[in-house]
Amino acid sequence: MRSYVVKRLLQLIPILIGITLLAYLMMYLAGGNAVEAMLENQGVAVSQEVIDARKHELGLDQPFIVQYLNWLGGVLTGDMGVSYISGKDVFQTFVSKLPATIVLTVLSVLLTIAISVPLGILAAVKRNRAVDYAIRALGFIGNSLPNFFVALLLIYVFAVRLGWLPVVSSAIGRTGLASLSLKGAILPTLTLGIAMSAKYTRQIRAAVLDELGKPYVEGARARGVPERTILVKNVLKSCLIMIVTLLALSIGDLLGGTAIVETIFQWDGVGKLAVDSITMRDYPLIEAYVVWMALIYVGVNLVADLLYHYLDPRLRLGGEA
Amino acid sequence: MAPAGDDSQAKLEALLQERAQAAEKTVRPQRVRRECTQAKLAVFAALAIVLVVVAACASAVVPYDPYAQNLSQALQAPSLEHLSGTDRYGRDLLSRIIMGGQSSIFSTLELVAAITVVGTAVGLVAGWKGGWVDTLIMRVSDVFLAFPGLVFALAVAGVLGGGLQNAVIALAAISWPKYARIVRGLTLAQKNASYLQAARLSGCTTRQLLVRHVLPNIAGPVLVTAVLDIGTMLMELAGLSFLGLGAQPPLAEWGSMMSDNRNLLQTAPWTVVGPGIAIFITVVVFNLLGDTLRDWIDPEHRSTRTGGQGWFSRRSNRRLVGRAIAATEKGDADASASTRKEHV
Repeated sequence: MRSYVVKRLLQLIPILIGITLLAYLMMYLAGGNAVEAMLENQGVAVSQEVIDARKHELGLDQPFIVQYLNWLGGVLTGDMGVSYISGKDVFQTFVSKLPATIVLTVLSVLLTIAISVPLGILAAVKRNRAVDYAIRALGFIGNSLPNFFVALLLIYVFAVRLGWLPVVSSAIGRTGLASLSLKGAILPTLTLGIAMSAKYTRQIRAAVLDELGKPYVEGARARGVPERTILVKNVLKSCLIMIVTLLALSIGDLLGGTAIVETIFQWDGVGKLAVDSITMRDYPLIEAYVVWMALIYVGVNLVADLLYHYLDPRLRLGGEA
Repeated sequence: MAPAGDDSQAKLEALLQERAQAAEKTVRPQRVRRECTQAKLAVFAALAIVLVVVAACASAVVPYDPYAQNLSQALQAPSLEHLSGTDRYGRDLLSRIIMGGQSSIFSTLELVAAITVVGTAVGLVAGWKGGWVDTLIMRVSDVFLAFPGLVFALAVAGVLGGGLQNAVIALAAISWPKYARIVRGLTLAQKNASYLQAARLSGCTTRQLLVRHVLPNIAGPVLVTAVLDIGTMLMELAGLSFLGLGAQPPLAEWGSMMSDNRNLLQTAPWTVVGPGIAIFITVVVFNLLGDTLRDWIDPEHRSTRTGGQGWFSRRSNRRLVGRAIAATEKGDADASASTRKEHV
């Protein structure tokens, strides 16, 4: 297990370098425009001298690799410059929006578990019966609906028609976590949860079916072990490892997939921050979003992977996957 | 002796016939299933073709000019005259949806074609060359796969500025590595097949080997992946347009139409629901086509879908698929190393 952890950590190094390099390269190529955009935002008359002076001031006239290393140092120490628009510290802004996105992600994962685990198991157990077909059909529909359409349909039904829930999630005049309410969280969570559940119900069903098809299940049946016991004590237990890993991985996917939903519901998280920054061409903020979301995603995936290895006794006690 | 001989002959024939019937009985369900798959494939392919043809001939089939404003007709509910109603400028919504299909469907097809070609080429090179070329390509694709969801596409679209074409580029930038990985795995699996060695011995050049032998053998799974990706890509492209990072109004495109009419949800819900249903139907058709195509090309998969092995389905997490591919490759590499030794 320890050697596996070391191996995984070593594997991360080129990926981390790649992520930061790619993110930096992208902004570097957009760099000239960035300075222009910044100056325009500040109302400075844009001439070539002004741009050059500003580039020198920001160190943008140095060789690429020097700039990259400087910037990388900034990323690691949380010093990523200031927003072109608000003038506030980029890293602080990003961190202040992160909790809202994490809350939304955690709620959605919980909802996904509540929906997809029972449905997945039910579909597997009732394989090729009406229930199974119904669950699979629902999954297929869920997979074919874009999440912004789901969000708008939910708004139409629950906010516009029934008036039970607010259209906009965040309270006016507040930012970050303070603006959120449980009532406002229902629709965004549902939107993300429906899409995720459609995906994971299918996978959980396949995992349970896979397990049910193994020889030991047949052996247990032959010995007269009740079906229920087999299902709960053996099958679910061995599927659990897979389910936990899948859901841990889904957290990473969700964190990166909230931009549209956050924008629709005005949920004050990093996804909305990113879309707003893109609209206003606030490059430092976009850069912070890209780099940190990738780093978080890599971190979450690493944890999921290690968790998988830890939970599976065969892998924990020696053998490699 | 003769009658006895006849008798045994007849018995033997009867026995053979019985055997044949028994064999027929076990074979028939498979054949019936295959014919059924073929029929389904034909139906879904026809539906997909209808969608593409309607989109291609959009300007000829629209009942009204999709860009003509007529304020006296603004926000009409669906009626016989305007089957999907009208938007706030009095533009016929059905016409705009059909016209939007042109931008949405064709840019999606363009995107999927581009990433399939690029990913396949890169994957072929990586799998065939091996060594440092392979390592480099795989590390680069790892980096692209390390960005979650739409994060990288958002940033690329943002840096490039709006526009449908830029959104296509942004999505292509994040999507090719998946194909490169799949094709690399498939190529590795074929690389040491005996038919390739035979072809090589009979004097085929590398190019001939790749184009004539490897490519046709790996085309099936790649095609299935590509068709199944059409739906996903259509939704992601529409999503970028919805955020204002893709098609810009007044261009008719499903995602931007929905975003444009969002605040009419209360007064004129049809302006939002119409394009939404158009996306849904298109995605359903292409997903059904992809699923059936997979069943047809890879009948084994059916058994895994309705039971059997393989818990991860096509939509499973990229990383897990990647890991599985990596594991098979490891096995293949080991196997190829040992076969090479044997041959030496």
